[in-house]
Amino acid sequence: MTDRATRPDERAPATEGVRRIRLPQKLRNLEFWLLLAACLINAGAIVLVQLGAMGRVDTQLVLLGAGLSALVFGLHIAMRFVARDADPFLLPIATLLNGLGIAMIYRIDIAYGDAGWQSAAVRQIVWSAIAIIAAIATILLLRNHRTLFRYTYVSGLIAIVLLLLPLVPGLGREVSGARVWIGFGDIATFQPGEIAKIALAVFFAGYLVRNRDSLSMVGRRFLGMKFPRARDLGPLLVVWALSMSVIVFQRDLGTALLYFGLFLVMLYVATSRLSWVVLGLALFFGGAIIASQTLEYVNGRFRNWLDAFNPEVYEAAGGSYQLVQGLFGLANGGLIGTGLGQGRPDLTPVPQSDYIIASLGEELGLAGVFVILGLYVLFVARGFRIGFAGQDDFGKLLGVGLSFVVALQVFIVVGGVTRVIPLTGLTTPFLAAGGSSLVANWIIVALLLRLSDTVRNHPRLVIDG
Amino acid sequence: MNRELKRVTIVALLMFLTLFVATTVIQYVQASNLAADPRNARTLYESYSVERGPILVGGEPIAYSEPSDDDYKFQRIYANGPLYAPITGFIPVNGEATGLEQSLNPVLSGQSESQFFDSLNRLISGQDPMGASVEVAIDPVAQQAAWDALGDYTGAVIVTEPATGRILAMVTKPTYDPNALAVHSGTQVEETYQALVEDPGDPLFNRATGGDMNPPGSVFKLVMTAAALESGQFTPDSTFPNPAEFTLPGTSSVVRNSSGGTCGGGSEVTLATALRLSCNIPFAELALQLGDDAIRAQAEKFGFNSNFTTPNPTETSTYPGDPDEPQTALTGFGQGDVRATPLQMAMVSAAIANDGIVMNPDLVDSITAPDFRTIEEFSASEFGRAISAQTAQTMTEMMVDGVENGAASNARIDGVSVAGKTGTAENGEDDPYTLWFTGFAPADDPQYAITVLVEDGGGLGQEGFGNGVAAPVAKKVLEAVLNK
Repeated sequence: MTDRATRPDERAPATEGVRRIRLPQKLRNLEFWLLLAACLINAGAIVLVQLGAMGRVDTQLVLLGAGLSALVFGLHIAMRFVARDADPFLLPIATLLNGLGIAMIYRIDIAYGDAGWQSAAVRQIVWSAIAIIAAIATILLLRNHRTLFRYTYVSGLIAIVLLLLPLVPGLGREVSGARVWIGFGDIATFQPGEIAKIALAVFFAGYLVRNRDSLSMVGRRFLGMKFPRARDLGPLLVVWALSMSVIVFQRDLGTALLYFGLFLVMLYVATSRLSWVVLGLALFFGGAIIASQTLEYVNGRFRNWLDAFNPEVYEAAGGSYQLVQGLFGLANGGLIGTGLGQGRPDLTPVPQSDYIIASLGEELGLAGVFVILGLYVLFVARGFRIGFAGQDDFGKLLGVGLSFVVALQVFIVVGGVTRVIPLTGLTTPFLAAGGSSLVANWIIVALLLRLSDTVRNHPRLVIDG
Repeated sequence: MNRELKRVTIVALLMFLTLFVATTVIQYVQASNLAADPRNARTLYESYSVERGPILVGGEPIAYSEPSDDDYKFQRIYANGPLYAPITGFIPVNGEATGLEQSLNPVLSGQSESQFFDSLNRLISGQDPMGASVEVAIDPVAQQAAWDALGDYTGAVIVTEPATGRILAMVTKPTYDPNALAVHSGTQVEETYQALVEDPGDPLFNRATGGDMNPPGSVFKLVMTAAALESGQFTPDSTFPNPAEFTLPGTSSVVRNSSGGTCGGGSEVTLATALRLSCNIPFAELALQLGDDAIRAQAEKFGFNSNFTTPNPTETSTYPGDPDEPQTALTGFGQGDVRATPLQMAMVSAAIANDGIVMNPDLVDSITAPDFRTIEEFSASEFGRAISAQTAQTMTEMMVDGVENGAASNARIDGVSVAGKTGTAENGEDDPYTLWFTGFAPADDPQYAITVLVEDGGGLGQEGFGNGVAAPVAKKVLEAVLNK
């Protein structure tokens, strides 16, 4: 930082110890250029997909993509007015990931021969538009994140309601065994659980800031750690019960892990008590082990994971066929990939949603996977930065929670595809086909942008000491 | 709070680090293993969707790919399929490839590591991927002559170049048409393949390098003679008792010469005469004198008990590990548990022709990238020295004598001196014989080593002999290549 301070244009007048002056204009200009680059890469990816898979360029989808780019720039312009100090990297990263996802979904459409409203890519573009508009609305309406603090318990309630929705008869839909969808008639399926994760993050942040003293101060020392009193275990047990009921009633291992992981991390950051994490992990894995013994679908997931290449497991219904096909796809990509439109990602089941990372890995290679994972790392790092630099505990906790939920979700999905952990059904943030996931993740972008703006906004002048 | 945050950051980084490692393991470390999994349809489509390189004989394609309108993009065509089937093999849409299609799949499909920059270049420049072309060592004249000469016999002919080990002809019968297995219908391939597997003639066998694994019979006497001469205890003039019947030690089993009587008369017979007339009793006696260890050592110097790839896989010819005395006596004339492929016997003849040095057999002359860059050029490699140049010279003379004045008379060619040895191997009590000829020509300047194998007694049951059936086949092939 010192070298910056010596540059003439940034040198503060006369004040000792000035580190740097906030220059919002510069941030937004950086964001503009990054955003432009992201949009151009996305357009390039779509054109390459067309050339690779069809051998010609079809302008219709490029135009739809251009429409999305306009919306993204709309968000950018909105930020020039209402969030001038926001982080300049978050929006371009989300845009790039969203665009690469659309290109790959479109590529699968071509392989399947889907077009028009049948096309998952067109639906994904429409959902992206809705998601970005939701993000714009969020950043315009939510001028101060502390407003959310007031709605702590309302958020908790919303989360519960959203989670219960798929279990409502007539409204809930079951897709490949998991009951996490809602739908009306034959159309418009939506995963309320995706939105619930935001509500949960808000609720956890608010609740923990209010109650962390009682959760962290008192307790008994055991094995070098301070363990909480039995009556303070309430919240942990409630969230644990919630996660377990997601496993049992909605049959969704991934979502349960996501919620519980989110809660544990926020609890740890808020209370600085490792004992919570130890207790929590013990509870969760204990529950998961019991579930794997008693619930057939959880048991199957573990079997597929541990013994994927066994011919019996491979050929069984609901066996490891998909997992192994995904590995074949990734291996087929090798270091540099087959090139967009030139691989066979359509040989793997659901290559456009759960398996989109395998599809991208096949056509963009290890190099492409590293770039994508790198983008997530950068995204999460920018989010954590809010946590480090934040001034108020609620904002810090919320920033950390929202960033970590993205990191954890990427880990659960990609880790499942790459056989690091058992495969569970979750969407890859921004990439995978799915409206609810897009809306939720774009709202997360908006919230992180809002938080980062607040963090940088005051004070304008940062003075050391 | 920031201390905890730092720890959470580390946890998140570790999570991503795990993903980086996992994808690297899958896409780099394990990639070729995953590609080799027979359940991996991508490898198959891949090997089809690139314009697979041709396999060439004398510059003419014997296997090549033509564009097709279906999923596979290209149709593999085998020109003169049955003739070259043991060399090309086939690549089916389901199941595993065989022959060069399998052993050179990486270069033919453009996926080998030496073609990495080539394929990168093509990816960037937008050209369609293309495999390398493979020029094989096969001489089309020799191949056709071997095919014609073998006629309807069940068996194989192999011709090699003694100085280099290049395989100039490799014919096996009965055979199959690889085109029938390269069709783009999985069920059709399955049916054809099943029919071939169930065919009692075993047309999928490559009898030149494997298949039924026959006892070599009398052609193994070349290995015995080599072992005798190399031991220093014997010369061609060394003598052996010459009875008409010989009882194996410790048993009541009796060995006879194929003539039924003594070996050319007299109470004693020389090694040279025993080889020329291909008598069994003297070689049984020799085997007992040398002992199985000495014989095995000599056989292994010729290539027995070693596996060779041409680069196609071949079966290993074997000399038994620990035969008892009667068994050792039987190995003296290539019975007992000795098993040999025509390729192995051709290597024995070629080594004698090549001053005693065994060359590694090789089918491939060169591999050329689509841009005419040579990826790999054949270079002759030695397996090792089997016998001294002196022994090789002595044995050449003995083998020439065998053709001119002995048991291999039907391989005689006017104006050319041919060195040869016949064999008539017994299988079961009532089973037809396995008939052999192995040799080389011209004896004074060896250009071609040849081995002929005819199974099922050439249709003559126990009436057919190596000299009557196999030697004439060799003669026809040698005439064709020498008159070229």
